[in-house]
Amino acid sequence: MRSLAELIASSPVFAGLPDDDLDLIAGCARNVHFDEGELLAREGDAADTFYLVRRGRVALELHTPDRGSLVIDTADAGDVVGWSWLFPPYRWHYDARAVEGVSAIAFDGACLRGKCGDDPRLGYELMQRFAQVMVDRLQHARFRLLDVYGGIGVG
Amino acid sequence: MDPETRMLPGEVRVFDPAGLERLVEALVEAGYRVLGPTVRDGAIVLDEIASAGELPHGWTAEQDAARYRLRRRDDDAMFGWAVGPHSWKQHFLPARARLWRAAAPAGQGPPTIEEEPPPERPLALLAARPCDLHAIAIQDRVLLEGRYVERDYALRRRDAFVVVVNCGVPGGSCFCASMGTGPRAERGYDLALTEVLDGGHRFVVEVGSARGAELLAAVGTSPAREEDLAAAHAVTDEAVFRMGRSLDTAGLPELLAANLEHPRFAEVAERCLTCGNCTAVCPTCFCTSVEDVNDLADGSAERWRVWDTCFSIDYSTIHGGSVRRSSRARYRQWLTHKFGTWVDQFGTSGCVGCGRCITWCPVGIDVTEELAAIRARDGEVDRALAR
Amino acid sequence: MTPVPHRVRSRVRETHDTWTLELESLAEPIRPRAGQFDMLYAHGVGEVPISVSGDHEGALTHTVRAVGAVTSALCSLEPGALVWVRGPYGNEWPLAEAVGRDLVVVAGGIGLAPLRPAIRHALAHREDYGVLSVAVGARTPADLLYVHEIEAWRARLDAEVDVTVDAATPGWRGRVGLVTKLIPGAPFDPENAVALVCGPEVMMIFVVRALVERGMPASRIWISLERNMRCGVGHCGHCQLGPTLICRDGPVYRADEVARLLEVREL
Repeated sequence: MRSLAELIASSPVFAGLPDDDLDLIAGCARNVHFDEGELLAREGDAADTFYLVRRGRVALELHTPDRGSLVIDTADAGDVVGWSWLFPPYRWHYDARAVEGVSAIAFDGACLRGKCGDDPRLGYELMQRFAQVMVDRLQHARFRLLDVYGGIGVG
Repeated sequence: MDPETRMLPGEVRVFDPAGLERLVEALVEAGYRVLGPTVRDGAIVLDEIASAGELPHGWTAEQDAARYRLRRRDDDAMFGWAVGPHSWKQHFLPARARLWRAAAPAGQGPPTIEEEPPPERPLALLAARPCDLHAIAIQDRVLLEGRYVERDYALRRRDAFVVVVNCGVPGGSCFCASMGTGPRAERGYDLALTEVLDGGHRFVVEVGSARGAELLAAVGTSPAREEDLAAAHAVTDEAVFRMGRSLDTAGLPELLAANLEHPRFAEVAERCLTCGNCTAVCPTCFCTSVEDVNDLADGSAERWRVWDTCFSIDYSTIHGGSVRRSSRARYRQWLTHKFGTWVDQFGTSGCVGCGRCITWCPVGIDVTEELAAIRARDGEVDRALAR
Repeated sequence: MTPVPHRVRSRVRETHDTWTLELESLAEPIRPRAGQFDMLYAHGVGEVPISVSGDHEGALTHTVRAVGAVTSALCSLEPGALVWVRGPYGNEWPLAEAVGRDLVVVAGGIGLAPLRPAIRHALAHREDYGVLSVAVGARTPADLLYVHEIEAWRARLDAEVDVTVDAATPGWRGRVGLVTKLIPGAPFDPENAVALVCGPEVMMIFVVRALVERGMPASRIWISLERNMRCGVGHCGHCQLGPTLICRDGPVYRADEVARLLEVREL
């Protein structure tokens, strides 16, 4: 069985970080499990944690008064859930729900945030990596706005 | 035995202007529908003719960018002009043609598709130009010589008798000498005429085929003398130097492929009306669409093939959305296809240098000028884009 | 090139706007291969190119999305009705060249239709290929084609089949997001895989990029292009893309051979 540090090192978001950084991040991490339907996070709650999914599927949901909870994105193995811990007001923007049994690594974002403040180099490194995650999600969201499969035509 | 019945391809004969009348008669008698040039609506057009009297004798046409004017010649030349707005594609690939009809058989039963019957008479082209022959060969390549044969075109094209008339009076828009398609026909004809005015009005005729020889036998000719041959060659030799335009054809496909973002396309688009006149008069432009029509009264349906043009906005679409929304893109499609990608697609250039697109462009866009301008700033923009 | 009469043998509704027709020839049967297309003529309405979406013996299978007059007329044909077909036209998916390699199939929207015969072929000749990885993207769960067949594929242990939708609806437990998202985690070996991609052109461009990022050479990625083909046989000019005529030289192209053309706007 691989150690938490090894698992973290092999994830796309942390791959290539120096060992010292990985040890420090692993120090803020723990294994967690969620049953089907369980919430990893709830919209509006303090965002002190983020997750790296190891197994299972997490749905990011937005609750609407008239249509209930709408899934806006999903995260699967290797994906990160949550970046609100990095930015004020440090509150979750969405619900994160386990669609099925989910194993994940939970990170203490409040703790990491403190370390980033103390060490701007680490802060910059993590900011870059999470910015990349956000850019990818933004690009995907924008692309989905095009509704490329729904295009109308003639013929 | 009459020595004329023994004529062979390659032989050269001479006949006088009256012989032209007999040539038309012989073609009609042989069962051809004779098409030839005639003056109508201020232009020399191609249509069915019944006699040589309908030919445009004593006429010429001044041509330049966006300019075409008939003018009287001071002699009796029959073919003292270059090309008019028509080309032979109007007859081989008409602007509208019914391809088939689907009707329910009398009474009941599912509709059956009946293809259009072949034309009753084969066509005889009188006074095709050397560039026209190249244009026909290019359309043959597209419509007959690929994996699939275009049935309607094949039936109209089949057995067509070709009388080419070599050019002595190039137009102001002509550049066949640059394209290697004129002013003298090398092959692809049954008879090739050169009209000679010096030393007596006469026609020097080269026999291009066995049936050409056979037909000529009915015309009444005399053997060509040395001076006839020399005079005929002088006509086309001099024409080479009287081309209104010229074009540097070196590496055109590569030049255009490397200059798709050339600023000239945006410049020409400011003038181009995307009217499609150039594609309509171009003797090689082959793009067509189909129209399916039905008769509500009897439930029958017909398919028509109609000319289309890459200058129309819905010519190229994906799921109904236009691919080329700007006139810049549509002009680029036409020019790069004609001189560049045509070679990739069909192994020949799509241009024969007839100059019709220049003459009949309402704003006088001149392909030779556009291509020269692209060459003058070859690669500036595309290289920058490629980094 | 004259249409051949066919009778509609069956019509199955796939989604709110898409039907699959099985057509039986009343004359000489047409035998298309995976990747090719036929021209379907609805009497008195018009003719459209439709890719082949099945491999049923003795019948043609076409999946048609009702988006215009002709496709709507085709989709409304009841079993027993007549439709006229000519073809098959165009080239095929390179299933023979892919033998011995992993096969990656990426489909978006109606793009799954022309890929279905390729997937069926690979499943029927499973030993010819390494990993079989299928990624399907759809607009919503309700827009997903061949739902039962996809379920059957997913149930197989010898194929990796994943589906993602742009927008989820209540009850959807699958993935939400772009089809490109499925590529980094798909279990194929990029050094030894052949990819077949079909969907909207912009989606294919993104998928090719994702596959190349994953380490595949563009020369082993094949995409199926679309333009408004009128004649299907290279005579009418409409489906030109630069030096190529899609109906004649395609619709299936190697990504590296058309990559530059797809980058030129309004070509």
